[in-house]
Amino acid sequence: MSCQCQNAGNSSSQSPEDAAKFDELAKFIASLNVDSLPDRRRGFLIQILHRAQSIFGYLPESVQRFIAESLNISRAEVYGVISFYSYFTDKPVGRYKINVCTGTACFVKGAPKVLDELKRRLGVNEGESTPDGRFFLGALRCVGACSLAPVVMVNDKVYGNMTADKVADVLKEYEA
Amino acid sequence: MKIESPAQLAETAKKLNSRPRPPMKLLVSLGTCGIAAGTVPVLKAIQNEIKSRHLENAIEINEVGCMGLCYAEPVIMFLEPESGKRLIYGDVSPQQIPAILAAGIDTPAINTRIIERNWYYPEIEKPAKNEFQSRIVLRNTGRINPENIEEYIAEGGYSALAKALTEMKSQEVIDVITASGLRGRGGGGFPTGRKWQFAADQPQGEKFIICNADEGDPGAFMDRAVLEGDPHVVLEAMAIGGYAIGASTGVIYIRAEYPLAVKRLEIAIAQAEERGLLGKNLFGSGFDFKIEIKFGAGAFVCGEETALIHSIEGQRGEPTVKPPFPAVQGLWKRPSVVNNVETYANVCAIIRKGADWFRSIGTSGSPGTKVFALAGKVAKVGLTEVPMGSTLREIIFGIGGGIKNNREFKAVQTGGPSGGCITKQHLDLGIDYESLKGIGSMMGSGGMIVMDEDDCMVNIAKFFLEFTLDESCGKCTPCRIGNRRLYEMLEDITNGVGTLETIEKLKTLSATIKDTALCGLGQTSPNPVLSTMANFEDEYLAHVKDSRCPAGVCVKLISYEITDKCVGCGLCIRHCPVNCISGERKMRHEIDQSRCIKCGACYQICKFHAIEKH
Repeated sequence: MSCQCQNAGNSSSQSPEDAAKFDELAKFIASLNVDSLPDRRRGFLIQILHRAQSIFGYLPESVQRFIAESLNISRAEVYGVISFYSYFTDKPVGRYKINVCTGTACFVKGAPKVLDELKRRLGVNEGESTPDGRFFLGALRCVGACSLAPVVMVNDKVYGNMTADKVADVLKEYEA
Repeated sequence: MKIESPAQLAETAKKLNSRPRPPMKLLVSLGTCGIAAGTVPVLKAIQNEIKSRHLENAIEINEVGCMGLCYAEPVIMFLEPESGKRLIYGDVSPQQIPAILAAGIDTPAINTRIIERNWYYPEIEKPAKNEFQSRIVLRNTGRINPENIEEYIAEGGYSALAKALTEMKSQEVIDVITASGLRGRGGGGFPTGRKWQFAADQPQGEKFIICNADEGDPGAFMDRAVLEGDPHVVLEAMAIGGYAIGASTGVIYIRAEYPLAVKRLEIAIAQAEERGLLGKNLFGSGFDFKIEIKFGAGAFVCGEETALIHSIEGQRGEPTVKPPFPAVQGLWKRPSVVNNVETYANVCAIIRKGADWFRSIGTSGSPGTKVFALAGKVAKVGLTEVPMGSTLREIIFGIGGGIKNNREFKAVQTGGPSGGCITKQHLDLGIDYESLKGIGSMMGSGGMIVMDEDDCMVNIAKFFLEFTLDESCGKCTPCRIGNRRLYEMLEDITNGVGTLETIEKLKTLSATIKDTALCGLGQTSPNPVLSTMANFEDEYLAHVKDSRCPAGVCVKLISYEITDKCVGCGLCIRHCPVNCISGERKMRHEIDQSRCIKCGACYQICKFHAIEKH
């Protein structure tokens, strides 16, 4: 892991778009009243990270720093949490998040073949985004729609009973 | 209006039950899998049809949670409360709705799929013929609208809390739960009453009651179904638990992958607070109770209670050595009880009906029922709740309808990545916590993945190991590095470069990891390897001795060849994703083995069975 301090954004170079996003995040944190229990501020961290990721799409260094400061904890602690949980990412991801369910039910019904086909067509590996920023390919563990196995999710939409053959049709919906 | 006494609650329930309603209910299943399968357009079609035919006073639409019939979604059910008559349709499409509504409850509409109900509710009725399932946990799931607290109250909701707070001392509540023999449904099977007793015995002060809704076991979705279909039953039980141990705060730790469950919980909490069923001075008893929701962020290990507590505290979800147990030093170092969703879902029924009633169901060591999520190669994927002691044959072949496409049953995996596989010879064993342990598997949270002859057991073991590797928190060496080595050995075997020595090493290392890993995740991670090796040793040997994968799954060990049956139609050429099949029209085609990715597309598409798999 390399230190990325030199890449860190600072408030002076923020675009107006970013400033609005930081405002939204600050408002959310204020609404939580984190200082009501000073020794337990940390308890709000994961909740705040969820909101921050939904605002920014990912959790860049500048956002991590902002959150650390508002909870009065170290940036290392914030980064430690982000790197631990698979839901959080500190890299920008594609606009359409394609996630293949790799739970057991989907596995025995052929999810690996679907994942291979997606990798082949998109030219990326699991956990990567296409260079044009359109697609992100990921795998997630069991969405609980086992009756439709194997399942692929594109953002919040569920595609059930997937096969390698259907991959092209699904991608086409998002290519226009 | 706030409900301030048990009498007022009973009065409210009575009023709700006697208000004038249409004679017929139409239940529409709106759980996650129902919605994914298309219940929303079906619901719209029903609403339109009812409106255009002015049936508002004849039929009441009820948006309910999962009925457990996932294989037949979208599912709708006609119910005539007066007579108890019902009619269930599966695979419903919006186009069928006019015909279905015109046909009514007595005659099934033509060209539709009718489904028999195979469950009953032991708390309120006797079983009819062929009703194998006994629903206590799923009592309201798929029966009431989860977003409306009135329906829960009308079904006797919050009466268990009222009874506990006004008629029982805290210790009496614990005594009833202990006497009922209720055990943790999250997998471990620890007696719930004893857990509560530990926490209650700690000095007074701030305590927490926590609900583990981090259902991480892939292939298990019963907790989600309960939270989506009957969230109040969990809230009510947590309040009862809070009263029992002296906690006034409850925390629900739920995984972020369940947005619908979160939404319904939030609605339920707000409605309960509005009615005074959560908050200050419940039922005038002086007992205060509030519930917060905390989110997971995609870490399987957070299902372990110490890891879960760290995650709520905003830390990395790493487990710590017990003792100290959470009951002594848990969330924010205060005494805490962590129970699973399904465990809580049993509590209210036990308080209402008593310990003896609960003990009359199930086996003497494991009273009550267990919900199983049946998935994989079984014909009827779905949720099923059966008394403990039911056999796998009853569950898989009775309720599950056997194996899909007339294939041969091979094994069933219970307990997820920590469990093991069970073969044909144990199909008639009555299952409870002890019996499953006895045959090298475990109850786990209740996921049941059925496998058929097309599944390679070495590959399945590798799959679970890959899962553990991914989810290992990295804190202890046996789990972090040991499992990686196990995985590499399995990879060698599936790639055809394993030897007999590899198999021996697998056994030794598995035993070491079991003995030395820090938490439940690591200690149980070799189980799938050990259990597949014990039950399917011949398959392991076939891989290493003959370089052959009997199930034809491991790609390095298989090849596809075109035989003389080929008529040269060109279908496979068009379907090959890497264009490695060549040949003139009406001439036998050929596969370029060096470029073949062994995807099997040609094998599946060929109409003349001219392609053979070796």
